[in-house]
Amino acid sequence: MSGLNPILAGDPLFSNGIDTEVVIIVIVKTILVFVILLVSVMFYVWFMRKVIADMQNRIGPQRAGPFGAFQTLADGIKLFFKEQSTPTSADRPVFRLAPYLAIMPAFLAFAIVPIGGLVTVDGYHTYLQLADPGIGVLWLLMMSGIGLYGVMLAGWSSGSKYPLLGSVRASAQLLSYEAALGLAIVGVLVHSGTLSTRAIVNQQAWTSWDSFATDWYWLPAIGAFVIFVIAAIAETNHPPFDLVEAEQELVGGFHTEYTGIRFAIFFLAEFMNLITMCAIAVTLFLGGPSGPALGFLSADNWINVWVMPVLYFTIKVLILLYATVWVRATLPRLRYDQLMSLGWKYLIELAFVWAMVSAIVVVGADQGWDRWITVPAAIAGAAIVLFVLWACIPRAGESIEEIR
Amino acid sequence: MGRFSGFRVTIGQVGKVVTTNYPEEKRPKPERFHGRHVLNRYEDGMEKCIGCELCAGVCPARCIYVRGADNPPDAPVSPGERYGFVYEINYLRCIHCDLCVEACPTEAITETKLFEFSFTRREDAIYTKDELLVDDHGRARRQPWELWLGGEDDDTSAWMRATAPSGQAAFEGRVAWSGELGFGVRAPEAGQTAAPDAPGASEAVVEQLEHDDEVLHGHHGHGHGAGDAGGH
Repeated sequence: MSGLNPILAGDPLFSNGIDTEVVIIVIVKTILVFVILLVSVMFYVWFMRKVIADMQNRIGPQRAGPFGAFQTLADGIKLFFKEQSTPTSADRPVFRLAPYLAIMPAFLAFAIVPIGGLVTVDGYHTYLQLADPGIGVLWLLMMSGIGLYGVMLAGWSSGSKYPLLGSVRASAQLLSYEAALGLAIVGVLVHSGTLSTRAIVNQQAWTSWDSFATDWYWLPAIGAFVIFVIAAIAETNHPPFDLVEAEQELVGGFHTEYTGIRFAIFFLAEFMNLITMCAIAVTLFLGGPSGPALGFLSADNWINVWVMPVLYFTIKVLILLYATVWVRATLPRLRYDQLMSLGWKYLIELAFVWAMVSAIVVVGADQGWDRWITVPAAIAGAAIVLFVLWACIPRAGESIEEIR
Repeated sequence: MGRFSGFRVTIGQVGKVVTTNYPEEKRPKPERFHGRHVLNRYEDGMEKCIGCELCAGVCPARCIYVRGADNPPDAPVSPGERYGFVYEINYLRCIHCDLCVEACPTEAITETKLFEFSFTRREDAIYTKDELLVDDHGRARRQPWELWLGGEDDDTSAWMRATAPSGQAAFEGRVAWSGELGFGVRAPEAGQTAAPDAPGASEAVVEQLEHDDEVLHGHHGHGHGAGDAGGH
């Protein structure tokens, strides 16, 4: 990636300059990612409703299309043609802008996800991935940070109390869990040594069946994986962390005053964020599109080049999405103090300590230090840090002033 | 792990379904389900309703409107003197309490198991006699706003009397209804005896029944057509 534009870096598509065909390929990829995201949100909502129905002994959507698969489409059409109302006390320009501030980062965040491997289109080599910027996964954190503005401005500009409370909750929650999310990503970065999602995926490339446990980062960074998934669910405001829109407490939360297609856009953004987070988790921890190629076909057969990586990627994302639905069907919503307590008292500390310990172990292995010294030393250091942090946590009946 | 045991509960429910694929697949209704009414006819096609207005009188929701008229001598509508000239039930009022069915002396009105109707006009909610009366095969007439499939009207007049119309204790357990268009004479329900000589009927009951039969036949042994096909 030397000397290249930091945004375009990595993709061999741009290595021989940019001509018309390269631009066309990029446009086609952009449209494809756009369509894939929209369709997958449509699919996910149906999938979620069916799986939850399954876990609650129900049938779920069954009227629109085969097995109710077009239910989301029907809901979308209905919302599209609904009247849109704006409260008189609303800040109108911001009120109208907010849904787009929420959805655009949701689309943009998916750009860095490697969907497939290296393919050749009309002589041009390119990755099945919209962009491979040098900043890599930091792009995800950027976009989820910008997405917060959509939620915050929506609640603030509604000129109404419940949306305001919901958006205040949202900003506090997203800020809290962004720290844990970032530290969990560090747990992978110490192994990969690069931020580029493509490079991270390439390091997890499938060589043998051992790759599943050794090359993929989910096992070497199992602590970071668990923290990442929890923080990602919290970051996208999904149950059991959906306090932003806790109906019993806040009517609808930040989107209480929104109707019609603007409301639909918020929902679209929320589910899109979840899909993106699952895709990023697959990229970071589960090897992205890597998996065993079909042995009876040659390695450069179009099925092995185009179909199988995309298939593996899709299956892995589906497994994670199923897990999120399972969580959604099982856990009740947390109280707000439980949410803050989990984020600040446990996840951030654990993610921090995990990043430290794995950094020591990785650097130790790199420098050839004795593993029997580095690992116990790292664990002992982590225990000390955890104890100090634990001792600093205010106990019941203890006031903050005493600790200061 | 107590707080995570819920995950096993939810995943354990996968594949178990208790609800049905509703409009295509319906679960059987209870034996004495109270659905919409039908006006029944005898096996010869004559109407059972005699326009006595007992149903309208007993109706707690005041949803039934009946007007009787004299049967035309050359083309009687029902056996006997009078017939139901106007018969209307307002289903925006009906509470399906079944009191009209209990009040009816001729089993003319019964409740079906059909309940899926959604009218979009108030006039549709008022079922007229034409809509309530069973067709030539003894089946309920399906109105355009009703959603039910063939076969769901099998037991349109599923209501059965536990006692005789007069309510005499001696008639208890005895099947005492008349034949019905499309269904014939109903078989006795579980727990009922079909005839006085069936096991379980005591001597006194049999005697009482025989005596009552004489009285009954003496009263209306004439003037009834084939409609008098009771379960005697």
